[in-house]
Amino acid sequence: MNVGDELPALEVRITRDQLVRYAGAALDFNPIHWNEAFAKEVGLPDVIAHGMLTMAVAGRVVTDWLGDPGRLVDFSARFTRPVAVPNTPEGAVVEITGKVGALQDDGIARIDLVVKSDGKTVLGKPQALIRV
Amino acid sequence: MPLDESFTGRVYPPQTSYEVSREKIREFADAIGDQNPVYRDVEAAKAAGHPDVIAPPTFLTIINLASINSIVMDPELGLDYSRMVHGDQQFSYTRPAHAGDELLLTTHIDRIMFRAGNDFINLRAEITDADGGHIATTRAQLVVRGENA
Repeated sequence: MNVGDELPALEVRITRDQLVRYAGAALDFNPIHWNEAFAKEVGLPDVIAHGMLTMAVAGRVVTDWLGDPGRLVDFSARFTRPVAVPNTPEGAVVEITGKVGALQDDGIARIDLVVKSDGKTVLGKPQALIRV
Repeated sequence: MPLDESFTGRVYPPQTSYEVSREKIREFADAIGDQNPVYRDVEAAKAAGHPDVIAPPTFLTIINLASINSIVMDPELGLDYSRMVHGDQQFSYTRPAHAGDELLLTTHIDRIMFRAGNDFINLRAEITDADGGHIATTRAQLVVRGENA
């Protein structure tokens, strides 16, 4: 493993039915994630994906590459831009890329991710620390 | 209106434990579209050195969110939930949670600050198993948009 190595990229489609499924699985029933009228009333462009769902999907670039997610020691992100999910079969697409950002002396590597939807960055400084 | 900063330093001990089940792990893994066999197949998880199927890294959000909600709904804190957004999230793991774990979560309000018309609350949760062994620390910043922000 070397600094600059790229992880296999991932493109994930997020649709309305998946938001409902995630709401149930994560027990996050905030209506901005499933009720379009409510979302627009509070000033959002449309129903938006749960930030934690976007983060979970982004983390797959790291855990798919590791094989064993048990090697993940830290995972963080800022929620900088909501992912609007239109009521269409296509939904929204999230694109994730990642590369090795640093190798520490203690056997830990930092993976820097870039997470975009509709060409725009949606997570701020998404980062994972892994045991090499 | 700025939040009561005297809430900084408050600690919310576990009210109840959360038992991690294979079924809930599979349901969560399906919901995030993650096919990794260590979430679904006990033998695959054991081959990777785990005692049972493990939970995906963000699975802890289930108990984390419940704790966040109980704190932000505290009428004494005076937070307008409809103006609150999740600003950031961090998970620091000692080990993955696995099926059969009884999770206990202690939440700390690390900081409350008022800046540029918005309130910021930093919460930290220490998650342990039933024997007190550390599993993970989660940190979240919540932002409550001010009336004029």
